[in-house]
Amino acid sequence: MSKIQNRRQFFKDCLRYSVGFALVGVAGSAFKNAKAQQWVWQIDPFKCTTCGRCETACVLKPSAVKCFHAYALCGYCDLCGGYLKPGSTQRNTAAENQLCPTAAIQRQFIEEPYYAYHINEALCIGCGKCVKGCTSFGNGSLHLQIQHALCVNCNECAIARVCPSEAIKRVPADQPYLIKGDFGPTQKV
Amino acid sequence: MIQRLLLKLSLMICLLGGFVMDAYSQQQRFPKPEFQTGYQIPTTQQPAPRAPFLEYVDLFVLIAVMSLTMWLIFRKRSRKGILWLSVFSLVYFGFYRNGCICSIGAIQNVSLALFGNDYSISYTVLAFFILPLLFALSVGRVFCASACPLGAIQDLVIVKPVKMAPWLQKTLSLFPFVYLGLAVLYAATGTDFIICRYDPFVGIFRMGAEFHLILLGICFLLIGMFIARPYCRFVCPYGALLKITSFFSRKHLSITPEECINCKLCKESCPFGAIDYPVNEKENKATSTDFRKFIVYVMLIPVLMFVGGLAVSSSYKLLSNAHPDVHLANLLISKPELMQNSTDIDVETFLSSGKSLKTLVTEATVIQAKFKVGGWYLGAFIGLVIGISLLNQVIFRKRSIYKANKGDCFSCGRCMDYCPVGKPEHPYYKTKIADEDIGK
Repeated sequence: MSKIQNRRQFFKDCLRYSVGFALVGVAGSAFKNAKAQQWVWQIDPFKCTTCGRCETACVLKPSAVKCFHAYALCGYCDLCGGYLKPGSTQRNTAAENQLCPTAAIQRQFIEEPYYAYHINEALCIGCGKCVKGCTSFGNGSLHLQIQHALCVNCNECAIARVCPSEAIKRVPADQPYLIKGDFGPTQKV
Repeated sequence: MIQRLLLKLSLMICLLGGFVMDAYSQQQRFPKPEFQTGYQIPTTQQPAPRAPFLEYVDLFVLIAVMSLTMWLIFRKRSRKGILWLSVFSLVYFGFYRNGCICSIGAIQNVSLALFGNDYSISYTVLAFFILPLLFALSVGRVFCASACPLGAIQDLVIVKPVKMAPWLQKTLSLFPFVYLGLAVLYAATGTDFIICRYDPFVGIFRMGAEFHLILLGICFLLIGMFIARPYCRFVCPYGALLKITSFFSRKHLSITPEECINCKLCKESCPFGAIDYPVNEKENKATSTDFRKFIVYVMLIPVLMFVGGLAVSSSYKLLSNAHPDVHLANLLISKPELMQNSTDIDVETFLSSGKSLKTLVTEATVIQAKFKVGGWYLGAFIGLVIGISLLNQVIFRKRSIYKANKGDCFSCGRCMDYCPVGKPEHPYYKTKIADEDIGK
């Protein structure tokens, strides 16, 4: 090998090692903030303002956001603010009086005067209308959550980008839900 | 006596405090019913996400595919094998994993982990970012050859690749660097993940997305029939990183298994224009004007970096407007009447949150300041890239054989099929013998 070729090879090796060191440096400094934890997206129901963007902004159609019912919080009311349109005292349970646009809430008689409400997930589009009704007039047991069997876990959640109250955040994959009633201040007290 | 009283008092306060917090957080307007019929309150169903260990399976698949590609390139020299491997990656990383987890998008996670305050990247995402680059540094772009689903889908639709003019190809190849810089800036400031947002093929992998994204994907595939792998060559920001690392790679795919015999058969085989031709020393001798040009271009680099930095940094207002907080602050400053009467969801939510406009503007100013500083880095980076590619135009490299360009080559292996060396049954030798016979 001639002298010039030797020199070229030396320069090339130097550059290769400096690129390698740069890569290791970048990876190392990112590694400092790294965790074995994997992340999924979830809605904090206490921050959610039920603006309705969950229904439209999700990359999936229909949205991976569904209404979840924290049964332990529910008042089992006859006149449910999440089930019936406002002014529920004057209304019967006919279809035109139901708040849910897809009739995804099913009402079940339990005993006088209590009724249970169940979400038919296949029909739910995540619009949050019932959540608004329930939080305004009832106990707030209905709330929106990202259903993880449906969610494709985008690198950046398309709903989180447009969420006006920054309610969607990354949560650890081993605790993927923020169900009302089993987290938050109540748990700490 | 007093002690006992104090204890009782503190207990009461504790209980009361607990009750108040409870009532606040759950808004229990109606008491929990006590059912007479023994009705059991059901529990809320929580469908589990994809098991976390499966992400390690993804990582294993990535490493396996890249190692197998290495073997196919260096030992087996089989284009067919690489083709089938890329079909597998398209199915696995594309249609099964829906294009997510992906090394291209991981650029943003790494940027956010480096510059963001409260984001911790997971080990698998970091590995997805760094491994293809390390592979490229040692053996070239094996990731592009077969592991990347975006590359695979474009590779499969190549019908009749058109040869592009070198100047056009070189100019368009600058865009990935600009895109890379922008993506890092936007991710580092916590504004947006633009690579994922404008990924043209993820809609096809998911079999559903917004109309314009699907349209973009179809356009890329249609263009890709004639201009091979348009996204990889002229858009992909990860490709820009791979280009740099692969350029300095220790080993690289070679067209011929032994000595090149200059048969020119591989000349037109590369659809990506990544084969460098032999350069005749006499034709292309470095002259004094070239040397003068070289000096001028070297001196031009700092100037370009400064001008680029100044230009991008001074357009920080435009760039930062993509951040939702900055956008909202700008909107409320330019149209104060919205504070009184607005149907905009963002404005309404902001007003009901009780945050003052002053706090919002302060937050927005902090973000804008980040863009101002980041703009200098981004502009200087773009200037440097333009400067170096200008410099490359006047650097003369002697070459006596056909050789894959280490930076541009995707290691797809098409050219290996064309090379007759080591294949005695290749038609090239038969025609050659016939030619020699005629010569006799």
